[in-house]
Amino acid sequence: MKSNIFAFAVLIAACATAPAAHAADATVVMKNFDYSPMDVTITAGSTVTWKNLDGEPHTVTSADGTFRSPALDENDTYQFKFDKPGVYKYLCSIHPKMMATITVK
Amino acid sequence: MTQPTNRRDALKCLGVGAGTLFTLQGGVFSAFDLAEAQENMGTPLFLQISDTHIGFNKDANPDVVGTLNRTIDMVNAMPKQPGLVIHTGDITHLSKASEFDTANQLLSRLKVSELHVVPGEHDVTDGPGGEFFGRFGKASNNRGYYSFDAHGVHFVALVNVMNFKPNGLGGLGDDQMAWLKDDLAGRSASQPIVVFAHMPLWTIYQPWGWGTGEGDQIAELLRRFGSVTVLNGHIHQIVQKVEGNILFHTARSTAYPQPQAGNGPGPGPLVVPADQLPGMLGITTVAARKKKLSLTDSTLA
Repeated sequence: MKSNIFAFAVLIAACATAPAAHAADATVVMKNFDYSPMDVTITAGSTVTWKNLDGEPHTVTSADGTFRSPALDENDTYQFKFDKPGVYKYLCSIHPKMMATITVK
Repeated sequence: MTQPTNRRDALKCLGVGAGTLFTLQGGVFSAFDLAEAQENMGTPLFLQISDTHIGFNKDANPDVVGTLNRTIDMVNAMPKQPGLVIHTGDITHLSKASEFDTANQLLSRLKVSELHVVPGEHDVTDGPGGEFFGRFGKASNNRGYYSFDAHGVHFVALVNVMNFKPNGLGGLGDDQMAWLKDDLAGRSASQPIVVFAHMPLWTIYQPWGWGTGEGDQIAELLRRFGSVTVLNGHIHQIVQKVEGNILFHTARSTAYPQPQAGNGPGPGPLVVPADQLPGMLGITTVAARKKKLSLTDSTLA
């Protein structure tokens, strides 16, 4: 029993030293008129980076107005840091058939 | 330059070579050869320019400023100047201030001083308080949609690029629909109506969002009028439909063509051989004769 508690304590220490916030950051690309991946789950405090790989411009526009990128031309990127847990739906305001979700836990 | 030998050649010199004229006669459209019809055409009521996409610089047209300049030269060379110009949106490619500045500078070269504008989705990526409304919002109290009367015609400008439907179609939203209903109510059915918006106001191809969610309701409001012309841009090619007394028509772009509906992964720029490009870019001219409106599409070729 005593050795088990010791092992748990070591695990906690290992987690504390790992760069937890950075490891949870995510990247979404826009390609062929789709976001990929379409559903991303991250922890609060993480940053999502979007990159447009299409020749046609796209945007990252949240349904509730939380975030709004400018029009992103080919290879342009946009970042947003999610501090609050929730389900954030967004779309491309130029091609509204493009829809995706960020879930923040 | 050799002297033109006949009227058809003369028209080619003016840059109005390719085109078909449609005239409304008792609700039925008949097509005439443009070269002959031009003889009898009255003063153009107005002219439609669309999808200038200032800021676009990719292979489909690396010189959108050049093609807009050629368009403006063509309009300014028309023997009779139209009463006003309508721009059906996507003035810019990325809603940037510098792109709007360039567009304004170019469009100010038009001899016609009255310019009416509705936004395309490329113009409003920065939202309701952005560059477009800062420049063009005053006439409509920052709503973007408005109406006016000119030369006996009632013009209605609609915004369908800021309230998208879940299936990707354009949308007007409840406030604008209520406003439209009110605007048309009590108006004489004999007054010609021209409605313009960026995205097609009827469904051309739903998978690419080429349509407007309230299209059927809008058509219902317009059905009782004797002459209705609905003008859109967005799809960078001419598509036309007649429904009763309503003519739906989408204009060419002055910047680049797009594929036909469903042809390819999405509605992106279509690259064509350089010598074919001018034939795929152009404008629409609308003339009035009595209570009839006739449309002429002209290319840069």
